[in-house]
Amino acid sequence: MSFDAYVCPNGHVSYPGHTLCPDCGEEQTGTIDLSDRTGEVVTWTHSTKTPPGVRAPNTLAIVEFDVESEAAAAADDAADADTFVRAIGQVTTDDVETGDAVEPVYAEQLRDPEVGIKEPASQEWDGYRFDPV
Amino acid sequence: MTVAVIGASMTKFGDRDAWIRELIAEAGEKGLADAGIKPDDVEHLYVSNMASGEFEGQGGIMNALAHDLGLMPAYSERVDQTSSSGGAGIYEAWQSVASGASEMTLLVGGEKMRHKSTAEATDIIASITHPAEYKHGLTLPSFAGLTARHYLERFDAPRESLAKVAVKNHKNGVDNPHAQFQKEIDVETAMESPIVADPLRLYDFCPITDGSAAMVFTTEERAREITDDYATISGISGATDTHVVHERTDPTVMGGVVESSDDAYEMAGIGPDDIDMAELHDMFTILEFLQMEGCGFADHGEAWKQMETGRTERDGELPINTSGGLKSKGHPLGASGVAQGYEIYKQLVGEAGARQVDADTALACNVGGFGNCVITTIMEAR
Repeated sequence: MSFDAYVCPNGHVSYPGHTLCPDCGEEQTGTIDLSDRTGEVVTWTHSTKTPPGVRAPNTLAIVEFDVESEAAAAADDAADADTFVRAIGQVTTDDVETGDAVEPVYAEQLRDPEVGIKEPASQEWDGYRFDPV
Repeated sequence: MTVAVIGASMTKFGDRDAWIRELIAEAGEKGLADAGIKPDDVEHLYVSNMASGEFEGQGGIMNALAHDLGLMPAYSERVDQTSSSGGAGIYEAWQSVASGASEMTLLVGGEKMRHKSTAEATDIIASITHPAEYKHGLTLPSFAGLTARHYLERFDAPRESLAKVAVKNHKNGVDNPHAQFQKEIDVETAMESPIVADPLRLYDFCPITDGSAAMVFTTEERAREITDDYATISGISGATDTHVVHERTDPTVMGGVVESSDDAYEMAGIGPDDIDMAELHDMFTILEFLQMEGCGFADHGEAWKQMETGRTERDGELPINTSGGLKSKGHPLGASGVAQGYEIYKQLVGEAGARQVDADTALACNVGGFGNCVITTIMEAR
């Protein structure tokens, strides 16, 4: 599995992807795999009152990844391209701080799909957790 | 066409035996009585509600209410905009009268939640998240924790400033007979309460609530025939921000608040300095700061400083959440925006009882999701 951010011809990058670029309305035609790079924690929390099927505590972080070179390469005009993209997800440990460097680590199942309100077949349940380097 | 509000009501918020149909019928009947109109007068009915199907298995509640109050053949519609369903209902009701489609519109917001466990209710609310968020177990409280940490670290704001929001709103709620909690708390209690999504603790969060509220809208011309005490909607607008919360350029800016309040001020021909009191959507204490900044009551990153000066206390220069806010009044999702409208209307017509402040112009900001959808309403006394 890859951990794909999506990029449009103007170099705007989003994670997750959208039908049309939220910044300019162009189709997102490329992907940038975030799974093999290091990101930086922007903010984090320990969520303790978690819904059915979710671990408790559930440590979560917003992580920023440098995508400057790939976004510029995808853009018709590199000056308009994004330099970073953010992603959100679980952290492998409860011990994390703002500014920490983290790497994505694949997990087969992030929560139990059978006990939440969403239809299990409606979405994927695997993904990437963030592991402090 | 100028739209007037001529009546409003709300039920007791909190732990209610009544189910959704009974809750909205209670508020609707009281709303008609407060406005001094009959069921036959109502031409449009809007019912604000997020999730009666998910919570209770009851659909079609706009039609059910029309029948229970004898409003047929009035046009009826259910309005869902998650937590801002109530504000969206005010926008719909305003449009119905302003456009000439309806001369008399009843709006009722309601939600029945407390029969579900906290975990179940949290999951129903978290169903609004993107699949990329939901699979990680993101909840609305966890967004609040992530945002609060970023705000406190970036602006060097003390943790106590958030506790002071809870203390202020609980203090205001003591004088609101409809509030879920009529109990003061102190900063120490808030600071030592259990962690929910750190740095936020139990007292940074609104409770889970059953309740309903209603408002009645008509033309200003008709309002003058009915009553001497009414308010007008001088500005109203709604706006949408990203579905995926972490995709926002600045995590501490609620774009929907900025855009909708800018539009509402422009429509009213006024600015933030002209607002005498405001009801903000303090589902989480941090949201009161983000909305104060988004509505122009404070510079970016500086709302917390007003907790030191008392500016937003009931006897301050700009009282915020005289009702007790969602924090102490409670947050029955679809009812909350209508209950904000109830509070500013009652303040403007001088019927707020022990909570009364001196106000001719008031603002309500109703937030759906984590700022995903926002409605800002400005009302003026006549």
